[in-house]
Amino acid sequence: MATSTPTRDAYVPPPRGSRQKPASSRQTWRSRLWRFDDKASPYAYIAPFFLIFGAFGLYPLIYTGWIALHRVEMTGMDQMEWVGFDNFTKIFQDSEFWTAVTNTFVIGVISTVPQLLVALGLAHLLNYKLRASTFWRTVILTPYATSVATAALVFALVFRTDGGILNYVLDFVGFGDTNWANGHWTSKIAISVMVIWRWTGYNALIYLAAMQAVPGDLYEAASLDGANRWQQFLKVTIPSLRPTILFTIVISTIGSMQLFGEPLLLEGGAIGATGGTENQYETLSIYLYNYGWNLGHLGLSAAVAWAMLALLLAIALINWIISRFVRRSAA
Amino acid sequence: MTITSTPAKVSAPGRPKPDRRAPRKARLAMGAGDTHKAGPFTYIALIVIGIGSILPLYWTFVAASHTQDEVLASTPPFLPGGRLWNNLQAAWEGASLGKAIVNTLIVSASITAATLFFCTLAGYAFAKMRFKGRGWLMTAVIATLTIPPQLSVVPLFMMMADIGWSGKLESVIFPTLVSAFGVFFMRQYLLEALPYELIEAAKIDGASNFRIVLSVVLPVARPAMMVLGMLTFVQAWNDFFWPYLALSQANPTIQVALGQLSASYTPDQSIVMAGALISTLPLLVVFVIFGKQIVGGIMSGAVKG
Repeated sequence: MATSTPTRDAYVPPPRGSRQKPASSRQTWRSRLWRFDDKASPYAYIAPFFLIFGAFGLYPLIYTGWIALHRVEMTGMDQMEWVGFDNFTKIFQDSEFWTAVTNTFVIGVISTVPQLLVALGLAHLLNYKLRASTFWRTVILTPYATSVATAALVFALVFRTDGGILNYVLDFVGFGDTNWANGHWTSKIAISVMVIWRWTGYNALIYLAAMQAVPGDLYEAASLDGANRWQQFLKVTIPSLRPTILFTIVISTIGSMQLFGEPLLLEGGAIGATGGTENQYETLSIYLYNYGWNLGHLGLSAAVAWAMLALLLAIALINWIISRFVRRSAA
Repeated sequence: MTITSTPAKVSAPGRPKPDRRAPRKARLAMGAGDTHKAGPFTYIALIVIGIGSILPLYWTFVAASHTQDEVLASTPPFLPGGRLWNNLQAAWEGASLGKAIVNTLIVSASITAATLFFCTLAGYAFAKMRFKGRGWLMTAVIATLTIPPQLSVVPLFMMMADIGWSGKLESVIFPTLVSAFGVFFMRQYLLEALPYELIEAAKIDGASNFRIVLSVVLPVARPAMMVLGMLTFVQAWNDFFWPYLALSQANPTIQVALGQLSASYTPDQSIVMAGALISTLPLLVVFVIFGKQIVGGIMSGAVKG
């Protein structure tokens, strides 16, 4: 993965106290204390992360699997009744679950692919020698500072059927009265637009950072070979960015698995909690929320969570295979 | 101050213009980048994308300053109206946003403070200290980045009920006291920015490890901590999923309050937009002031990834 980085520990100071033999018992005690300090400190410094992650991340993650095998209701959370794999059977036989899986996948693809492509192009533009380059970078990152809730609510207004600003604009071109939230494709497009709006600038900056790390002599060599700007972009920039692109694909995929606020608030209220009247934009997170917090069946909700985990592992596996393939074809 | 006056300033007293521009250009050049100058097409494309980035926020502002009827009229308004103050007041009182803002400040501030402290400590340990299991522990930290919160919310919710934190801010604060991204970010920074000589010197002076953290590591780490602090603050302020599940209507963060405002039976859209404005404005101010650092932070956090 893109996360493995070379560590630089060429020189490590020798442990304290090893240089001279302790002369007195008091010095032994001190040097022992020093040695203990040296040995224990790193563990003490990283302990908070692992303690908190263990308590609020890892333990609940595993415990979810146990809850998924029980009937647990919101009204009496301390009563857990063993039901075996009933919850899993129930959700796998529920057509709404498969709708949610498909929706999550479709929205994931139609939001991630254009988003990363635009981000790549945008990063290329920002990589030119620009006037007020910081200004442009800040402007395209503004959506990142906006919350899901705000973005979803504004875009809900934009995509409204009656009095929606988009329909007003489309009216001039002759596409009046699209019921965005009701359509199976249009609602997914609407949600993808929110995602694309919020994250394109962020990804563009990640790409830009990687582009600036590409050594300039690679471009010089390419232009000596007669490659034009476009060819340089394809043959030098893109290959150099390969790990970064893979990294953003992983991050965006995980992000799209989590889509919650955007569909919940597109129409809001009870319709939002089921992802539309025909569940046309219900994502897995909405499905999980609906069963757990709307209908109160926490056991079912936990089963959904583990189904999500299985999906994530499958995606990770596919990613790994692809990255291996890419690496091999590059070699 | 005579020392700071450069020869360039002296040699061109009649034409101050190019002189003023030179240092600004130097300031703005954040990276080496492409040496090709941008043509007009680049600027046009950037302007279009820039407008696209800003437009929804502008529309929030416009919608918040009209009545709902005006916003949803067959010809929607494109310029701000005069109802902004009324709508802000209605949102503030109707959805008790005042309390929500205070809650959000408490949550974001405590998460940011804790994240900064713990992540700097852990980042320092991973960057500069030798210990058994360092490699795979760091891998474990990074692996946690890929676990979505959805996978653990059900037991987390039950746990919070068990400890008596249901609906309380603690239930939102404690799970996010540290972040894997923060540990990674501080480690990357300290790897480069903190020379071993400094640590060595402090050790020879007889400083204990924690003393070194306080008087050597923290000062060196300050710029990165600033950036991480702002990124964490933005994220904590904007967090929606878990707070929405964990917090009650009586004790929400601003995002939760906003979600509930829009979920009420017949939400007045312009008041909802006023609420959205209230929830976004503080961050936008932070962003305008520290935009450059945040941009730099995202870029430097990503480049090593």
